[in-house]
Amino acid sequence: MIVNQFLVVAALLFSIGIYGVLVRRNAVLVLLSVELMLTAVNINLVAFGSYLQDQLLAGQVFALFVIAVAAAEVGIGLAIVVLIFRNRSSANIDELDLLKW
Amino acid sequence: MEFADWISDARNIVFLVISLAMVGSAIRVVTSPNVVHAALMLVVALAGSAALFLMLGAPFVAWTIVLVYIGAVIVLFLFGIMITRAPTGRDSVRLDHERRWPAAIIALATFVTIAWATTVAFEDALISEGVTTADDLGSVLFSRYVIPFEVVSFVLLAALIGGIVLARKDPDQ
Repeated sequence: MIVNQFLVVAALLFSIGIYGVLVRRNAVLVLLSVELMLTAVNINLVAFGSYLQDQLLAGQVFALFVIAVAAAEVGIGLAIVVLIFRNRSSANIDELDLLKW
Repeated sequence: MEFADWISDARNIVFLVISLAMVGSAIRVVTSPNVVHAALMLVVALAGSAALFLMLGAPFVAWTIVLVYIGAVIVLFLFGIMITRAPTGRDSVRLDHERRWPAAIIALATFVTIAWATTVAFEDALISEGVTTADDLGSVLFSRYVIPFEVVSFVLLAALIGGIVLARKDPDQ
């Protein structure tokens, strides 16, 4: 197995995630697309760790850190989405134009 | 490396099947008109990434993905979908913007840039075959990386408190 096959699949997942972030209107779906992008980053980290044969296992350790931070991000993000929905009875991000002049 | 040489390895056939399933379900995540289907398709994509981690010799990270993402994060997403009453395809509320093509062009340009750069940089470099046990990972996590580990646990604590404070109803109102 060559390292580039994992990197190309991760790049594909990352660009699908970018498409989802740009095109989706619902805030929950934007968070789902962000999770796709984070998964692509994790694949990159572990693939590079396996390629470099690092004794300190930096790739896998930082993949675990990314997973933990992503879990925290989802918790906070969904709490914010629920709060916005409670105040404005809509979770569509293109209707949240309060800061637009 | 020629494609015929590459595909002659049985592991690469497994890799091809897994990655095709991942990419197909990822495309469904960003195009599905039903929010619940999008969340369940993300489960397929994450399970595929766990399988790739197993192929890369990182079983602990793979099972962490299964536990944390498929077990907890997706359930959190389903709760978020329920609470915000997101459209589930039966009503006519649109989930996408009108302008899909600029976004598709940006995504395609990103993919071409990254894939070209990695192909030029790494060409046929092979990955190592070794498997990292949870033993190795645990001992390095609690010696060399113990301070980042504690910082991450503090981040999780802050996120826990922040989530409770944000989501609970204000008793004064």
